[in-house]
Amino acid sequence: MSTNDLPATTVEVTCTINGDPVRLTLDPRESLLDVLRERLALTGTKKGCDQGHCGACTVHLGGRRVVSCLTPAVQAAGQDIHTIESVAGPDGGLHPLQQAFVDNDALQCGYCTPGQIMSGLACIAEGHMADDDQIREYLSGNVCRCGAYCGIVAAVRQVAGMTQEG
Amino acid sequence: MRPFAYAAPGSVDDAVAVLRDAVPGTKILAGGTTLYDLMKLGVEAPPAVVDVLRLPELAGITVTDSELVFGAGVRMADVSDHPVVRADYPALAESIWRAASQQLRNMATLGGNLLQRTRCGYFRGTDFACNKRNPGSGCAAIEGHDRHHALLGASSLCSATYAGDFAIALRAFDAVVDVVGPRGERPIALADLHVEPGEDPSREHVLDVDELIVRIRVPLTPAGRGSTYLKIRDRESYAFALASAAVGLVIDGQGVVTESRIALGGVATRPWRAVEAEQSLLGQPLTAESARRAGEIAFADARPGRTNRFRIELGIRTVADAVRTAGERAVR
Ligand SMILES: Cc1cc2nc3c(=O)[nH]c(=O)nc-3n(C[C@H](O)[C@H](O)[C@H](O)COP(=O)(O)OP(=O)(O)OC[C@H]3O[C@@H](n4cnc5c(N)ncnc54)[C@H](O)[C@@H]3O)c2cc1C
Ligand code: SF4
Ligand code: FES
Ligand code: FES
Repeated sequence: MSTNDLPATTVEVTCTINGDPVRLTLDPRESLLDVLRERLALTGTKKGCDQGHCGACTVHLGGRRVVSCLTPAVQAAGQDIHTIESVAGPDGGLHPLQQAFVDNDALQCGYCTPGQIMSGLACIAEGHMADDDQIREYLSGNVCRCGAYCGIVAAVRQVAGMTQEG
Repeated sequence: MRPFAYAAPGSVDDAVAVLRDAVPGTKILAGGTTLYDLMKLGVEAPPAVVDVLRLPELAGITVTDSELVFGAGVRMADVSDHPVVRADYPALAESIWRAASQQLRNMATLGGNLLQRTRCGYFRGTDFACNKRNPGSGCAAIEGHDRHHALLGASSLCSATYAGDFAIALRAFDAVVDVVGPRGERPIALADLHVEPGEDPSREHVLDVDELIVRIRVPLTPAGRGSTYLKIRDRESYAFALASAAVGLVIDGQGVVTESRIALGGVATRPWRAVEAEQSLLGQPLTAESARRAGEIAFADARPGRTNRFRIELGIRTVADAVRTAGERAVR
């Protein structure tokens, strides 16, 4: 095998997205973010900077949060991907972290919110929630132009506390 | 973005074979957080990439009697959460968790981290003169924004800062990278991996185009426990260093410094070891004055540009504070 033998055009990839098996024919230039939004109509995941700076495009890949704008979609091959669309219950009921965002005024325009929620869920799952300082440190990859940070930290702290008790 | 061919070999041997036969300009792709980013910006335009992100041989952190061994494909996030690294090499763990964001640390590999490219804003675009991106075109930073540019190791052609954090801590501990290519495997001291811009800013390291970093080895030293990585930024988290220092110390029962390691980040064109500053601490007790003096020695040769002079005093204080923290850890 050599790169000379490979057409510079397309790669076949299978993966699962929000539990559904997906087969895609990809141009290797495509980002996971663009594939989610433009080809699969999963527009909950947002594009802020498209350069890895803002976190609006955060999704879970292989159980870990990543920025989908800097993830070449070909690297999703064989992986499990979860986006904000998978967070609410099947009946549409809000996830406790979504409810906590509402309760704590953790959003204004809401553009960063899907990324904040995906990052917050991962932060809790990783166990990086010992105190507000640690929550802030581990959410620093998610920028909020509206400055809803106090509410965001409060929402994550609230759900992290529930998780620890339960 | 220029179209490119994509190959994802299943083993290191296959990857080396693909690289050996690849079209000129082919690049290794790992987490992509530097390479794919720069491809989107039009700064890099490889005709083909060889994806090594999931090569099983590049995974895993192991601790032997004499070394800490990191696979080149280990993700940054796995280093900062590793219990042995945290306990025995706080400087290594801190250099990682104080870098980038958790999302990026989940994606980025250690091999890619070492070879990440500069954040000079004139390099990260195609609108400006840049000797690194386009040799011979000039350097827009000379008359431009040089607040983040290097104080040490610059040439008249380029003063771009080496922006990575992990390599600074590795430099303090005399780490070695093992590299595989068509001619077999060879070790390269981290001290020899990166080069100063000199006459050719486009050349940043000594690897051949068909060589792959497979692992990073850190010799065990008691200075690991007495170590810290202090990173000073424009904001508390998620920013590149204005100045940083990795310091490791051993202090004996009489309170005398018997081993001393100091490396500087965010201020030089490559990971920078401050040998004379280290030596100034040896054989005597650590004091606030000796810590400050080590910082002053470390920056004695600093050459500021138009707007970055403030980072000399900042760097001196960063070294002094890191030396004091390392000293506290060394006697615990
Ligand atoms: C918003 C943002 C903030 C950041 N902040 C920080 C920070 O504060 N501190 C910090 O240190 N870094 C920071 N980074 C940089 C980040 O850490 C690097 O981009 C990352 O570590 C690169 O690893 P990667 O696996 O993604 O490499 P890639 O992008 O895949 O590769 C980078 C380079 O290394 C080469 N390469 C990769 N693997 C190998 C290998 N095994 N052998 C030989 N060559 C190889 C590639 O060809 C390429 O040239 C930041 C990045 C972003 C986008
Ligand atoms: S400092 Fe170096 S990287 Fe920046 S514009 Fe000048 S030549 Fe290019
Ligand atoms: S859109 Fe991906 S980090 Fe901003
Ligand atoms: S709510 Fe507007 S950007 Fe965060």
